[in-house]
Amino acid sequence: MIKVSNLKKSYKNNQVLKDISFHVDEGEVVAIIGPSGSGKSTLLRCLNFLENPNEGHIEIGGVSVDTTKAAKKEIHQLRLQTSMVFQHYNLFKNITALKNVSHPLRVTKKLDKKKAEAIGRHLLEQVGLSNKADHYPISLSGGQQQRVGIARALAVNPNAILFDEPTSSLDPEWVGEVLRVISGIADKDKTMIIVTHEMNFAREVADRVIFMDDGSIVEQGTPEEVFDSPANDRTKRFLRDYQRQITGKADNKNERFAIV
Amino acid sequence: MNFNFKYMFEIIPELLTYVPVTLYIAIASMIIAIIIAIFLSLILVNRIPVLHQLALVYISFFRGTPPLVQLLMIYFGLPQLLPSFNSITAMTAAILAFSLNVSAYLAEIFRAGLESVDKGQAEAALTTGMTYSQALRSIILPQAARNAIPATGNTFLGLLKNTSLAFTIGVTELLAQGKLLATATLHFFEAYMAVALIYWGLTALYSWLQSWYEKKISKAYVREI
Repeated sequence: MIKVSNLKKSYKNNQVLKDISFHVDEGEVVAIIGPSGSGKSTLLRCLNFLENPNEGHIEIGGVSVDTTKAAKKEIHQLRLQTSMVFQHYNLFKNITALKNVSHPLRVTKKLDKKKAEAIGRHLLEQVGLSNKADHYPISLSGGQQQRVGIARALAVNPNAILFDEPTSSLDPEWVGEVLRVISGIADKDKTMIIVTHEMNFAREVADRVIFMDDGSIVEQGTPEEVFDSPANDRTKRFLRDYQRQITGKADNKNERFAIV
Repeated sequence: MNFNFKYMFEIIPELLTYVPVTLYIAIASMIIAIIIAIFLSLILVNRIPVLHQLALVYISFFRGTPPLVQLLMIYFGLPQLLPSFNSITAMTAAILAFSLNVSAYLAEIFRAGLESVDKGQAEAALTTGMTYSQALRSIILPQAARNAIPATGNTFLGLLKNTSLAFTIGVTELLAQGKLLATATLHFFEAYMAVALIYWGLTALYSWLQSWYEKKISKAYVREI
């Protein structure tokens, strides 16, 4: 389904992706974890050319692109293979929730208004937002906006959906509902790549976990392999720090509660 | 004090018959200017080589020289340079001059409007399979327009008043007719005051229309309770 070979990306002298190769099978859910600045999001954004890779080969759903000499048309074809859910939702601010889902269908698939909106309403219902169809993004909570974002990504019915830290800018109270919606899709055999900081979620939803550090894939395997018996020292350190941070947070809370 | 109120109000109906000429120059110039400015602003935002530098020179020139000088250059100077402009009418020259002049101001306003739209909007559109021009039309331009409308309105008000310069090359618009009446009757103050009142009325009406329109298109950006 997705095959990436020898992908490289630098900003000036800073090499962000160092010769990345990996593949994702059809229907597989892959979680990419790793410290901030390790290149996770850049890797995801190279797959749909929101960032231009410097070198390497990307193949998604039968469309194969040599990134050193990608023509506009090829890039467009590659983009049609995936859709994306963004950290900051990026809902179209000038149109309603329903139109956010249906408008791309009208433009890219030339569906008539009725058909596109029927699909839109169906998907909004799936993410539990039928009653918000006519609301503009500004009137929706973060969690609701992200669920519309997921409906929009589903609408174009791509070969794969890319999730770029879908819960990182959500208030804690909304994280659960968004993760539930994503898990719901994962169960339906959609191919997905999820960049996330939610380790428990990654363990639960992913078929495979990729750990990235400093622009390289350091380790990958089933969630059990990576989380329970990591082989690489960097993975171990990252998971230990993560664990400490999580429990540390809890301790702080307890202390504060104790003082109150 | 010698001020004839009665005369001033008497000539207003006659002057009003020239308002369509003034509006025609203003609106025609505005439409052409908007079209030119959209292209210029897209060149600026996307930093298209060569065209970008040319656009900057164009904007600098038309913002940096008086509109009256531009008007005279086009009406009297252009036919000398290019004989095919020999038969250019004063009206066409005026509309051409104002279009070029206003487009330079609008290009900067539109550029700022486009740049104020979050990059994520275009990215999201691309990931749903839209092309850049599809994203531009339905997602980016509407949002940029909303940001640009207050400043664009100001520019239109300036243009509406600047159309009075057209009388210098012989277009009989509102001011030209006022001047005619003034010199014919020697009621200078009354005639020019009547002209001023009509301009004031037009700009006030336009300002009101604009604030109504701004409210209308802000619907998407105001949180419902």
